[in-house]
Order: sequence, then C-alpha cells, then structure tokens
Amino acid sequence: MPRAGRFRQRRADCISWWCETVPALCAVPGAIALSPVILTGFALVVAALLGLGAASAVVHHHIPAGATRRRAAAAAALASRRIAALGSLGVCGLGFLLVLTYLLAGAGTATITLPLGLPGLGVPGLGVAGGNLLDGTRYDGGITLALDGLSGFFLLLLMAAGAAASAAALDGPGDTDATAPFLPVFLAAMALTLLAGDAFALVLGFELMSLASFALILTHHDDATVRAAALLYIGMAALGAACLIPALALLADGAGWDLRFAAIRALPPEGWRATLVFVLALVGAGSKAGLAPLHVWLPPAHAAAPAHVSALMSGAMTKVALYLLVRVLFDLCGPAQPVWWGVPLLVLGAGGAVLGGLRANLENDIKALLACSTVENIGLIVIGLGVALAARGADLSTLAALALGGALLHALAHGLFKSLLFIAAGAVQHGAGTRLLVRLGGLIHRMPVTTVCVLVGAASLAGLPPSAGFAGEWTLFQAVLGGPRIGNLGLQILICVVAALMALAAALAAAAAVRLVGVAFLGRPRSPRAAAADEAGPRTRDALTGLAVALAVVGLFPGAVLSLAEPVLRRLVSAGLDDRAGLLEVAAQAGMPGYSAAGIALLGALAAGLVLWLVRTLTTPGHRDAPAWDGGFGAPPPWLPFGDPLTQYGGASFAQPLRRALGGALLQADEIVDMPAPGETRPARITVELSDPAAWWLFRPVAELRARLSAFADAIQFLTIRRTLSLMFTVLVLFLAVVALMEQL
Amino acid sequence: MMGGLQPGFGAIGYDLAHLLGGAVLVLSFALLYQRRLTAVINIYAMQSWVLAAAAAWQGWVQSSAELYVAALIALGVKGLAIPLALHRIVRRLHIHRAVETALGIFPSMAVGVALVALAIMVVLPTTMQTQVLTREDLSLALSVVLLGHLMMITRRTALTQVIGFMSIENGLILGAVGVQGMPLVVELSVAVLVMVGAVVFGVFFFRIRENFQSLDDSHLDQVGGAHR
Repeated sequence: MPRAGRFRQRRADCISWWCETVPALCAVPGAIALSPVILTGFALVVAALLGLGAASAVVHHHIPAGATRRRAAAAAALASRRIAALGSLGVCGLGFLLVLTYLLAGAGTATITLPLGLPGLGVPGLGVAGGNLLDGTRYDGGITLALDGLSGFFLLLLMAAGAAASAAALDGPGDTDATAPFLPVFLAAMALTLLAGDAFALVLGFELMSLASFALILTHHDDATVRAAALLYIGMAALGAACLIPALALLADGAGWDLRFAAIRALPPEGWRATLVFVLALVGAGSKAGLAPLHVWLPPAHAAAPAHVSALMSGAMTKVALYLLVRVLFDLCGPAQPVWWGVPLLVLGAGGAVLGGLRANLENDIKALLACSTVENIGLIVIGLGVALAARGADLSTLAALALGGALLHALAHGLFKSLLFIAAGAVQHGAGTRLLVRLGGLIHRMPVTTVCVLVGAASLAGLPPSAGFAGEWTLFQAVLGGPRIGNLGLQILICVVAALMALAAALAAAAAVRLVGVAFLGRPRSPRAAAADEAGPRTRDALTGLAVALAVVGLFPGAVLSLAEPVLRRLVSAGLDDRAGLLEVAAQAGMPGYSAAGIALLGALAAGLVLWLVRTLTTPGHRDAPAWDGGFGAPPPWLPFGDPLTQYGGASFAQPLRRALGGALLQADEIVDMPAPGETRPARITVELSDPAAWWLFRPVAELRARLSAFADAIQFLTIRRTLSLMFTVLVLFLAVVALMEQL
Repeated sequence: MMGGLQPGFGAIGYDLAHLLGGAVLVLSFALLYQRRLTAVINIYAMQSWVLAAAAAWQGWVQSSAELYVAALIALGVKGLAIPLALHRIVRRLHIHRAVETALGIFPSMAVGVALVALAIMVVLPTTMQTQVLTREDLSLALSVVLLGHLMMITRRTALTQVIGFMSIENGLILGAVGVQGMPLVVELSVAVLVMVGAVVFGVFFFRIRENFQSLDDSHLDQVGGAHR
C-alpha cells in the first residue's frame, strides 16, 4: 500500500507540475506573439495544399475543346501534375521557412479553433480545478489546431521531405499523372495530423493520409502486384484505424468527452484504461510506422508506389505515425506512467531492427531493400522511445531526454536520407529501366550527381561517422548504454540484450548500404540498359542535392538540431539536452567529452588529403591498363567489351553469407538446387525462398482464420430451408436450456 | 370471476382450463405422429377447436367479452376455414400420400417429450410470483410452440411445415388467452397475420407444384444453389 500511495503522490505532483509549467512556457515573451501567427500560417498551408489537390483534379478532368481529344487529355494530365507538384513545392518551401522560424524562436505553444468540425458536440469548457486549460475558450465542437515543439519538429521534416518529393514529381515519368492530385492532399493530411489539437482532427488527418497514400500507391493499378500491395496496405490502415480511434475515444472518455488535447492532458488516463490506451496506440501507430510484426505491408507497398510517393511514405508518413506514438504515450497519457511501458517498445523495436536489417541485405529490388531498411530504422527509433519511456517512469529525466532526443534526431535524419535514397531509386528506375540489382551496375559513370547524393545518403544509412545517420545512432546508443541504470535486474538485462541487437542491426544496415552502392552504382553494368542509363532530370537532381545538403548540415551540427528539439524534451521528459548538446559537440553526460561531428569531418578531410598527396607524390607517372581480376574466370569474349558482367560479385553473392548465417533461423531461408541429370543440357538452377516470420506467425494464421470464418458464413448462408429452421430452433432450445440451468443453480 | 383470482387444484376454473390446455398439447403430439396429410389437417382442426373452447372458457372465467370474440375467430378461421382450404389444396394437388419425415416418428416423439420437460423447467421457476394458472398455461403454451417448431423441421413437405407453423400460432394464442388483460387487437393482428401467411403459402404451393411436380422443398435448394 505505501508503494501505491507514493505512486499516487508522485502522480499528483507530476500533474500539478504539468499544469503550472505548460502555461508558463507559453508566457515566454516573444514566443507567445509569434506562435499564433505561425499556426495560422500552417492552417493556410493545409488549406492551400487541399486547394491545390482540388485544382489539380479539376484541371485533370477539364479537357479544352479544339485539339484532338487524346492530345488534349494528355496535356490536361500533364498540367494537372505540374500544378500539383509545383504548388506543393512552393507551399512546402514556404512551410519549411515558417517552421524553421518557429523553432528558432523558441517554439511556444499556440491553439486555434476552426469554425468547422463536428456539429452538435457542444461540450462546455471543462472546469478543471483552477482553470488550467491552455486557453479559456469554450469547446464548441470546432476543429482545434495546435502547434508546439513536437509538432514543429516533425513539421520541419515533413516540409523538407515534401518539397523534395514534389520537386522529384515535377520531372517524374508521365504515367504518374493520373494520381497527381492526391500528392498535395497526402501532404495536407500529414500536416493536419501533426497540427491536430484534438482527437477528431487527429483521426481526420490520419485517415485522410491513409486514403490519399492508398490512391497514390495505386498509380500503376494495371499491375496485379500493385493491386495486391495496395490491398494489404489499406487492410493494415484499417487495422490501425480500428485501434487508434478506440484509443483516442478512451482518452476523451477519461476527460469527459472533451476531445481537445488540453483537456485530455489535464485528466490523463490511469490504471487499466491507460494500459488499454497504450496497447491500442502501439498497434494503431505501429501498423502505420512499420513496427516489427506489423511491417509486412511496407516492402510491397513501397515497391509498388511511384518513387516520390515511396519517399514521402518512408520519409514522412512513418514519422507521422511515430509522432502519433510520442504524442499519445508521452504527452496525452501524462508523465506518471509505469516503467514497464518501455519494455514492449524495446522488444518490438529490437526485433524489427534486426529483421529489417537482415531483409535489407537479401532483397533484390532496391526499393524493397530501402523499405526493409526503413523497418530497421523505425526499430532503432522505437528502441529510443522505449528507453525514454522507461527512464521517465524511473524518474531518470536526463537519460530520458537523451533517449528521446536521439529518437527525434534519428527520425529527422532517417526521414531525410530515406527520402533521398527513394528519390534516387526512382531516378535509377527511370534512367536504367529497372530496380533489380542483378541488372544494374556502374551507374556512377552515367549518373554522377545521383551517385554522389546516394553516397551521402548511404553513408547515413550505414551510420558512417560524420553523417546524419551516425549522429542519430550515436545518441541512441549512448542512451541505451546508459540504460542499465533503469529498473530491476530483468529490465537491465533486457536493455543489454537490446544494445547487442542494435549493434547487430547497425552492422547489417552498413552491409546493406555497401551492397546497394557497390552493386548498383559501382562495378560494371550488368545489362545493356544499365550501361546506357540516363542521369536524373534537373528537378530530381535539385531535390537530391537539397536533401544531401540538409543531411550534411544535420550530420555536421547534430547539437543544433537537438537544440531545436529542446522545448519538446523539456516538456515531455522535463529535462533538456542544452547542457550536453552544443553547436559542435554532443555529449552523453554533462561535462564529459562527446561526439564532435565537425571535428571528425575535419580529421577525415585531413587524412584524405594526406593520402591523396602521398599517392600523387609516391606513384610513378603514367599508367598501364591490365585486365581486372575475374574471380578465376577466363578472359571475356570479344563481344563483351566490359567483360562478362555476370562474373562480378552481385547482389545475390553479397546476400549469400548473411543468408546462410542468419536467414535460416530468422527468415526460414531455403535454397533449392535443381541439378540437371548427367547428359542433360539445361543449366542448373538455384532458387531461394524466404518468408518473413511476421507473415508466418501472425498473418498466415489470421488469414486462415478469416478463410475458415468466411467459409462457415458462406455455408450458413446457403443452408436448406429446413436446416435454417433447425439452426434457429437449436439456438432457441439451447437458450432455453441455459435459462433452465441457471434457474436450477 | 370465480377462478381468475384464486385458482388452484380442485377449483373448476383451474381444472377445466388445465384440461383444455393439456388437450391442445396432446393434439400437438398427435400432429407429430400422423402419417397421412388429411389426418394431419384434421388433427390441426381439432386442436383449433379445443383452443377455441379454451379461449371461451377463459372468457367465461374472466368475464371478458373479448375472449369470446377470440374463441369465435379461432373456431371460424382456424377450425373451419383454413382446414377446409387445406383439404381443397390436397384434393387439387392429389397429395394424399404419406407424410415424408426427416426424423423418424419415435425420435420425434422422444425429442418432443424432452422439449415439454424443458418448457416446464424454464417456465415454472421463472414465473414464481405469478398465479398458478398462468404458470401452467404458459408452460403448456411454450410446449405447444416448441412442438410446432419441431414439426416444421422434421417434415419435408411444405404443407406439413405450414401446419407446424400454424400450430405454433395456436400455442401463442393459448398462452395469450391464459393471461388476463391481453388486448383483443393483438389477437386479431396475430389471426390476420396467420391468414395472410396461409394465403401466401397456398399460392406458393401451386407455384412449387407447377415447377417441380412435388411439394418436397429440397427441390428449392437446387434453385438456391444456382445462385452461389
């Protein structure tokens, strides 16, 4: 009992602290004046994006009289795509500047209520003791928009990724015209989700996001695999909605059906209600983010969508789902939640990280490869969130701040580099005609700009030191390595195991990055089409360059990015990183030496210059061409000027050792060797079968259950008249028997 | 007003009502073991007469003019009109042959006895507060309903199923007349409903007969299967 009493006391302390601090943060001079203006600006951004979608759709269907109908239709489709992409580019650029200003100005909170929303839901403003709601307005059912540091941080990523994807959409292939109007709608929905200040706006934005992305995935709907991927995707989105809406309803129910976040924050859930909210939010947001057992939709959906859409889905949409997770678990559920909330996040995150990393090494399609790597990175970020939750529950605020800061930093870095890599994958598909590693190779000669940008992105993917990816992973690792101070022995051991799995996942990601760059961009082309690849279009090159520059900035100055997240950390885990994250150096503990990206970059540049200088001075002038080592194969025939490309190390060759070492246990990898009989002239074949454990353990049983249930329903539907009557009669008699039995007892 | 308020064993109001209700139940069992269609229709007519007598007796006991009307309706419509119409259908369709059963006569009877036991076990304990007559009456009525349902599912031809259906309705009326204060309009509406049902079924028989030269409803299943 004293333990429970202490807990209740701590909860009361936390809530009172909460209600005092939040308005105090709003009262920072300067911030309070700017925030409502910025928020209004973002409301206009959402409206403008929705308007762009409508305008683009109207143009698409408005075919002017005069020219031949077919040509006019094509022109209208092109104009519709131009309007959607160019408009989104402009609006996102503007939004990026807005949110950067907002974050630099201190990220004060602001709330506005739109005069539209749920009608007839007139709940008067909740009279919490002392009137501690953020604003004194009455709740009239209008949509509430709110802006704070958390939404600002994710908006920064969304606007950057949105601008890049819109630019890439500008000179994308013409077959994406049909769904062009959905691009701004998708962006608007994600922005609305991030700006939502009440549960209704959140669900509205989240579901609009699902539907718009569903339409975008279906761009090439004449392909059956695309349709199957989209169906799987919308099924998972429905599952997410079926969990998310009850979670928010439970939260609102605890707050007297006031849907606004301010009201929910004032009356956070407790006990079984909080646990239920936790589980539902984890499934609802996790299914959209690609958290471990619910990640199955990710590789097929990303492979099916056009490249700029995959970039947005992987770079921004999964982060919006993570935002939702942070918003519900850290913000709306209040600061006084138990330590064990971190455990499911740690376990699922570690599982997803290893599984995604391993699958990224085995995929042959570069977009599926990148999607699997997204699963891995989401796993890493979720581990950070888990550590932060557990540390906050154990009152280790500084550790929680480090973990949450690392998660946010890595989310930003991953959003940027994964957008870059997906846009580059689209450029490769457009320029070299394929996404399969077995047909690519040597693209560095034909696509130099793309390759340089991909190298920057792949450095982040691999977690190489001065890159943005390394900064995020380093911070996460520091948090996890500091984790053994949390909780009891079981949790400490779990965190140690998670640290080991994280290291494995990071190594697998590095291998996947080497495989991607080495097979697709270096070496010799493996097909004539790859040998004649075209460089990406000018707008795509701009997008790639812009993202690469942004990645370089984030990678060189991670402390500056963390300082943008400072208000979030202060508010959610009541500790910041400002004593540890300077402009040039990020340290795990105050006063200790830390990671200085700029210093490492300087050292690396010096070492590279030294090596270059040595090579130049020590080598003899002139050079001699000699045949490359062919791995023991004979000289290539004269009609293959680049040598026989199939004798190169390929994607499958890279994958084989890892598949043999880990694939058997984790992915049920199975090699089937089909040897011809002696004397037969057909070639021997080796086929590899993989199956994701989530598909095996979760999706197949569910699908079987559904098939059995529907077969049963089908059988009941077509019973004979007499059997139908018998069924009803049996039910009636059973009911009566139960009644009689209950009377006897 | 002699039996309605203070019934009990030995009181004439209770005993006669009990006897009539029991007779309806016995006739329900009789419906279950008939092997010829005309006999089934005749038993049904007899059940309706006994029902009319029960209603009239209740009308006298409760001094209610409405129950006399209900008795007249039961006698006129279900005791005379519907059996006559069914006899006509049988004659016109030439289906005097034996009733086709899906469950044998003896198992049907055994299940019927079990159903009566179940009805008594359900009704008697749940209606502990009400009058004895009401309780007995309700258990008899529930037994008749269950037996009618049993008849519907253990007979193959549509005509016997219709008789099972109308025997269910008899059970309902039996329950209704035993309870004081049942409005006449409810009984009238039930009676009209049964009339409409009988007419619809009558039309339906001829259509089935035209299409399949039989009233065995398993032919209908083949039609239903075509839509799968």
